[in-house]
Amino acid sequence: MTPKKKAPARKKSKSPMPVKSKVEKHGVPVKMVTVFIMGKSHRVPAEATIMGAIEYAGYQIKRGAGCREGFCGACATVYRLPGDYKIYTGLACTTLVEEGMWLSQLPVIPSQKPVYDIEKLEPDVTAFQVLYPEIFRCVACNTCTKACPQSLEVMDYIQAAIRGDIEKVMDLSFDCLSCGLCAIRCPAEIVHYNVGILGRRLYGRYLSPKSPELEKRLREIKEKKFDKDYKKLMAMNRDELKKLYYARDTE
Amino acid sequence: MYPAYMKGSLDLVEQTRPKRLEIQKSGKPVYPPMTAEERENVLQRFHPDYKKEARRVIHIGPNKGESITTEVADMLEAHSRIEPELFDLTQPDYETDILIIGAGGAGCAAAIIAMQKGAKSIISTKLRLGDANSMMSQGGMQAAVTPQDPPSRHYLDVIGGGHFDNKPDLVRALTEDGPDVVKWLEDLGVVWDKNPDHTMYVLHGGGTSRKRMHSCRDYTGAIILRTLMDEVRNHSDKITILEFMPTVDLILDHKGRCAGGVLYNLETEEYFTVKAKATIITTGGYGRLHIRGFDTTNHYGATGDGLIMAYRAGAKLLYMDSVQYHPTGASFPEQIAGFLITEKIRGAGGQPVNKHGELFVFPREPRDVESAAFIRECLERHNGTQTPSGRWGIWLDSPLIEIIQGAGYLAKNFPAMVRQFIRYQIDITKEPMLVYPSLHYQNGGIEINAKSETNIPGLYVAGEASGGVHGRNRLMGNSVLDYNVFGRRAGKHAAEYSKHVTLGKLSLEHITAYENELKKARIKTDRIAPVLLPSYTPEDVRKRQLTAHYEGTLR
Ligand SMILES: Cc1cc2nc3c(=O)[nH]c(=O)nc-3n(C[C@H](O)[C@H](O)[C@H](O)COP(=O)(O)OP(=O)(O)OC[C@H]3O[C@@H](n4cnc5c(N)ncnc54)[C@H](O)[C@@H]3O)c2cc1C
Ligand code: SF4
Ligand code: SF4
Ligand code: FES
Repeated sequence: MTPKKKAPARKKSKSPMPVKSKVEKHGVPVKMVTVFIMGKSHRVPAEATIMGAIEYAGYQIKRGAGCREGFCGACATVYRLPGDYKIYTGLACTTLVEEGMWLSQLPVIPSQKPVYDIEKLEPDVTAFQVLYPEIFRCVACNTCTKACPQSLEVMDYIQAAIRGDIEKVMDLSFDCLSCGLCAIRCPAEIVHYNVGILGRRLYGRYLSPKSPELEKRLREIKEKKFDKDYKKLMAMNRDELKKLYYARDTE
Repeated sequence: MYPAYMKGSLDLVEQTRPKRLEIQKSGKPVYPPMTAEERENVLQRFHPDYKKEARRVIHIGPNKGESITTEVADMLEAHSRIEPELFDLTQPDYETDILIIGAGGAGCAAAIIAMQKGAKSIISTKLRLGDANSMMSQGGMQAAVTPQDPPSRHYLDVIGGGHFDNKPDLVRALTEDGPDVVKWLEDLGVVWDKNPDHTMYVLHGGGTSRKRMHSCRDYTGAIILRTLMDEVRNHSDKITILEFMPTVDLILDHKGRCAGGVLYNLETEEYFTVKAKATIITTGGYGRLHIRGFDTTNHYGATGDGLIMAYRAGAKLLYMDSVQYHPTGASFPEQIAGFLITEKIRGAGGQPVNKHGELFVFPREPRDVESAAFIRECLERHNGTQTPSGRWGIWLDSPLIEIIQGAGYLAKNFPAMVRQFIRYQIDITKEPMLVYPSLHYQNGGIEINAKSETNIPGLYVAGEASGGVHGRNRLMGNSVLDYNVFGRRAGKHAAEYSKHVTLGKLSLEHITAYENELKKARIKTDRIAPVLLPSYTPEDVRKRQLTAHYEGTLR
């Protein structure tokens, strides 16, 4: 997550929204904070995620939620904190609210994705030169890395793409969620996550060493080697199967 | 950070660790696996499905008279969102060869294969392309590729795990196509984990008798789905993607063949019709119905829509009485309650232990058995740990993995998991996780055959929405395999079928007929289905929304 400075102490904010009477959960009073959702202030539980806070405030999310667990990148959010000039980025589903947080979700992040035929690409720098020439404009400012909610070394994987080091692009971009927060901050207008996907696909298709066992198994299946076993199993009744199943050995 | 009162119990977990490590190293099962009778006993007494209120009889439709999951019966006995007479079906808004409903793994795989077979398709999806359960699978995908693991052994594991209720031809398709799916995905660019000798890196999962769990670190689903999505987007000439445009009902022709669907634009609130020669339902599961009030691991759009539209059109459902609760959903911290902790944690040596730090169950029983054993340990034996908000939990000893597999193993192989907890100041390399069963998977679904066909001509189903592959209990790693195997099969057979079918007059009469059936059965309800999205609007806010109109749960 983006490293953040502790926000300086601030006077208790006066919320113009009606303050809900005491909120309790299992008889324990819930600590509340004031946040500004798209500019409007709301009292929400202090321990809520941004997504939870938006819903608590009464919004029905349509855009801006997918997996709700930090995998899909649907919930990119930008926010500021009181007394702090910085703009922060985070995932609404995994970032907790803070007192005075001023936040907005990004419903969609425009990006281009050139179409290509993976079978016709070479697994080297030429693929990036043809499809993503703009990466060569990277000014190495590291803004993308700072924006990444997954704490990935985003600039480094773009630099690796520039060098044609596909394994490194794959490795460093592996956990990328395509949330787009890097892309909206990049002065060189790069769409990092699509570059990462290309790098990973090139690695998987061309550079990952092929498994000899897998090739062998595919030949065996083609030769119908397991036909007899299958027929036998499929003809068994429930009791026969049960017996076989519970007596099977384990690796 | 764990609350101070848990310290005593955490200390006990630490104290018993060396002993448990020793048992683990001996190579024998760390706890005796249950016999068939013991499994039956714990399921009967503690699995949520076996509670009386968990099921009820459905009064209308193809499965009339059957006892199915209560929440599903409620959704099936509900009104359609549309009024058939408002649609002019002679002028469809879109026309295509294949309508694919849902953009998870099954939908994308089907679109790619259909495209390669020369068919054009439209993908209707509720959220964005890829906002799906498929994006979230961490653990991996089963496929039998090692010499000691013939696909027929995989078959036996699947059938046993499913309590012998699986449809045999589907299990054969699943297990025999497995190795080819590994290869197909790699050729598309999926980065599988490999051993130094280039063989596939495989682990155990619950209910496996051979190591056959393939993975892409712990972003398996994300890596596979993003590859499939990227390939779908590479063919925009043949595959049209309609995002935030869920399908709400199917269209048939006068001969009862499936002929497309009615789509709802979530944002502009318009309805559109799609005429398609064949239709593939890949809408995934129903975790967001929060069955029995359980937290869920599922994505935001998992509301079982496919079941509802197919059922209304006359498709048969199979095993809709069985719900999968994943044994290890997070129980603490509150903000991530229900979040999935992959079974691979147990596959890699993580042991579930009670508040005394003692083992009480074999860590890799089938999911339903393992879940029931966790519930028994908490509710009957009171050996669980309770969170400040009153949730129960079992310790999942993750630090043990770092000892067994070497320091740094968790960070390398489970980065998503480490990240998830460190946000709440819990370092899972040093402290265990607190877990409890979470609503995870729809075991049953729309009945299919090995060609992914249903009893309605022209209607295909693949992935979690389908029923029969997993019997009454799916094993980990078999549904990622499922959506690939049957997504591909659905794409292939729908494309072939679409080449020779000539549709007749389009009709929504089945909606009217279903409505009449509701009336005849004297079912009075204001429920509308599919619900499309769950609503988490608090009660007091709803009370103030004086002019808001809720359709299903969606405002
Ligand atoms: C957290 C988590 C972890 C998992 N881990 C594993 C694992 O390790 N191994 C394994 O084998 N399985 C795992 N599973 C299960 C597996 O991921 C899913 O069962 C599988 O991906 C389902 O694929 P699918 O394509 O059928 O459905 P999904 O991927 O859920 O896709 C369904 C799609 O349909 C869309 N949709 C829904 N309703 C409509 C509608 N009315 N109109 C249009 N579109 C609609 C949804 O938005 C979504 O895009 C996991 C599941 C979860 C939730
Ligand atoms: S690299 Fe960019 S798109 Fe990927 S997770 Fe980080 S900020 Fe999001
Ligand atoms: S933000 Fe853009 S320009 Fe700056 S380092 Fe990242 S890729 Fe380069
Ligand atoms: S909702 Fe998927 S990452 Fe936040």
